[in-house]
Amino acid sequence: MTTVAATSHVAHAHHDDRSFVRKYIFSTDHKIIGIQFLFVSLFFLLVGGLLAMQMRWQLAFPGKPMPGGGILPDTMAPGGVLLPEYYIQLVTMHGTFMVFFAIMPLLVGVYANFLIPLKIGAHDMAFPRINMASFWSALLAGLIMLAGFFVPDGAPRAGWTSYAPLSARPDLSGASYGQMLWCISLVFLGLSSILGSLNYITTIINNRAPGMTWFRMPLSVWALFITAILGLLALPVLSGAVIMLLFDQTIGTHFFDPVAGGQALLWQHLFWFFGHPEVYILILPAMGMVSDIIANGSRKPIFGYHSMVFAIVAIAFLGWIVWGHHMFMSGMNPTLGSSFMVSTLIIAVPSAIKTFNWMGTMWRGNLRFHVPMLNAVAFVAMFVIGGLSGIFMAATPVDMFIHDTAFIVAHLHYVLFGGSLFALFGAITYWYPKMFGKLMSERWGKVHFWLTFLFYNCTFFPMHILGMAGEMRRIYDPSQYTFLQPYQPMRVFITVSAYLLFATQLIFFVNFWWSLFKGKKAPQNPWEDNGLEWSLPAPAPHGNWETVPTVYRGPYEFSSPQVPEDYLPQYRKLPTDREPARAPVAGH
Amino acid sequence: MHWWLPLKGSTFAGEIDGLFLAILIITGIAFVIVELGLLWFVVKYRARPGRKAYYTHGSTRAEVIWTAIPAVTMVALGLISNHYWVKIKGRNSVPPNAYPIAIHAKQFEWQVTYPGPDGRLGTADDFEVRNQLHVPVGRPVVIHLTSEDVIHSFFVPVFRVKQDAVPGMNINVWFQATVPGTYELGCAELCGLGHYRMRAQVFVHTQEEFDAWMKQAAKGGATS
Repeated sequence: MTTVAATSHVAHAHHDDRSFVRKYIFSTDHKIIGIQFLFVSLFFLLVGGLLAMQMRWQLAFPGKPMPGGGILPDTMAPGGVLLPEYYIQLVTMHGTFMVFFAIMPLLVGVYANFLIPLKIGAHDMAFPRINMASFWSALLAGLIMLAGFFVPDGAPRAGWTSYAPLSARPDLSGASYGQMLWCISLVFLGLSSILGSLNYITTIINNRAPGMTWFRMPLSVWALFITAILGLLALPVLSGAVIMLLFDQTIGTHFFDPVAGGQALLWQHLFWFFGHPEVYILILPAMGMVSDIIANGSRKPIFGYHSMVFAIVAIAFLGWIVWGHHMFMSGMNPTLGSSFMVSTLIIAVPSAIKTFNWMGTMWRGNLRFHVPMLNAVAFVAMFVIGGLSGIFMAATPVDMFIHDTAFIVAHLHYVLFGGSLFALFGAITYWYPKMFGKLMSERWGKVHFWLTFLFYNCTFFPMHILGMAGEMRRIYDPSQYTFLQPYQPMRVFITVSAYLLFATQLIFFVNFWWSLFKGKKAPQNPWEDNGLEWSLPAPAPHGNWETVPTVYRGPYEFSSPQVPEDYLPQYRKLPTDREPARAPVAGH
Repeated sequence: MHWWLPLKGSTFAGEIDGLFLAILIITGIAFVIVELGLLWFVVKYRARPGRKAYYTHGSTRAEVIWTAIPAVTMVALGLISNHYWVKIKGRNSVPPNAYPIAIHAKQFEWQVTYPGPDGRLGTADDFEVRNQLHVPVGRPVVIHLTSEDVIHSFFVPVFRVKQDAVPGMNINVWFQATVPGTYELGCAELCGLGHYRMRAQVFVHTQEEFDAWMKQAAKGGATS
């Protein structure tokens, strides 16, 4: 079966006579699907950002008309002044879009699709049509979610975590159709992730090139592999939970509503049993890609490759037994809190291993600060802050104070923006030449990086201070509280920084599109890297290789004494290299 | 605007702040090591022509060190935290002589039921006051927390106390106020469009003041 599929792809590589629609729209080529995911999730990233900008206006200038807010209907912002019910829609949709439709598909949809076959030496995914279904299902989910803004009562209002019974009872939340669309959308998103994960796992297990043993795989592939396993096991739980929630909303079941025997905390257990592995879905691929970029930028083998792999596995495993740390204050038995606290604190250990190994990789390197490297180093610097601030809330007594405050908002943005998004800016720049055959502007990439780094910290760092003052999350107007009134200048500072941060992204946007048409043509191996993907012309043809390359070594042989250059590709055969036994189940 | 935690208004506020400070010091050390290390490497090992990076795949010894130190620190931190956690929030942590008050949260208010002059809830002299929590200083108070509709969260920053109010559950949470004064109680869990205005005032009285207030309020003179 695989042999037949693979052979037909090789034929395609010779003469590509597919129509435009088959080639770029309903494509089964993993690279095109990755690029489709890229465009769609960058769009949703923009949507999520626009929602955040509106929230920031209200927090800095409560009750004042928002510039441009006049175009919003009276049900959202009469006269440009945001209504409280619209504010909580913004809160909900910002989180939902960023987590489910921006960061997750950017990391997994784009890079699992684009990189896995290229980096393990496969012609395509094991199931190309399932892969296509995965993309279209994700796009459908995003459009359903977006439709929430246009139905009566507007978008869902229960937060991205949709805590029941608020989410289960339209009479209590005030949102009816929007809340249902949230559930329906996530069923399709879950389907997309499950199909994708199945594909990534199967492809990595079966379709590796000869010589590509498990411990010769780049850390990006390892991270995406483990992420796929998390996705395959976590998303079905979410799907089940949102279907139950949908039943509560529509056909009168009471799974989560105690008025008829339901359990409010059941939703939280189900949601976070999915939700915490989800948190690692949002960071592990970033860690993997950063490892690739840091080794490349340092011109050194990754420090402690094996422990890096085991740390990924350990983080993923521990990710399954920490979900209760979101529920310390929920009324869950405090003894359970104790065990969740310990498992959570232990995650600091593999995280520390990864951080120190990245530093070890840079130590005595010959550091090249190309744009991807700058972003990767920033990832390490910022992820550390997010990781360390997590220890505060892991300690249950401290969590009693900072839980559900702006401190948590600061923490999660240090991980998701400072971590994942910096990694993504790096990854997009790094693999852009492989996707489009062009290089992004180095100079504007650096300008974008430094401004983003500055305004990002100005936006999110002060939120720690607000949290320490006791400012609650998801508050439409903090000045209602006397003890929070003195902090208004800080909120204004955050908002101004956030607007500058948003404006800075325009540089990235222009650089991205300008380079697509006018960018410098990329050489085949612009970063002098060792990965298999750089043995292909850019952009690579459908089916990738006519004959897949043979792999002779690990992915990080930089500055090897065996060759005069400071890199030694995995596919380059030296006279001393022996031919590997063919990968047992490759089937090419 | 100040840059630290708010006033310590309960017996365990000092312990929680102490733990906060301890974690700040531990994470601060890690933070400085990592950020300064990164900065140093970035400057010292920047690419220069004609130089090649040092070819190494790692060092088991170094990795054992930076695995063991965080592991020991985290286990120790877990044990210390758990000591306070059990003391503050454990199932048996409520002091036996605690003064009982019932709080029923609903969209978007706090209904506070006082035990009346007899000091016992569930008797005829109980009375209810909206959005006002009056407690005596220096005496443990136990709140019987319930919710009418959705999940709310009882949060008094100066007491460092937070507990979700969950429909269908009756949860006990206690604290002992130490500084007389007027403070604020807020809802910390998104509970609907009025979440931001679900606030109440907290009055910490001296025992004499509290008794006087109780006498007057029980007669129906309370501002509700």
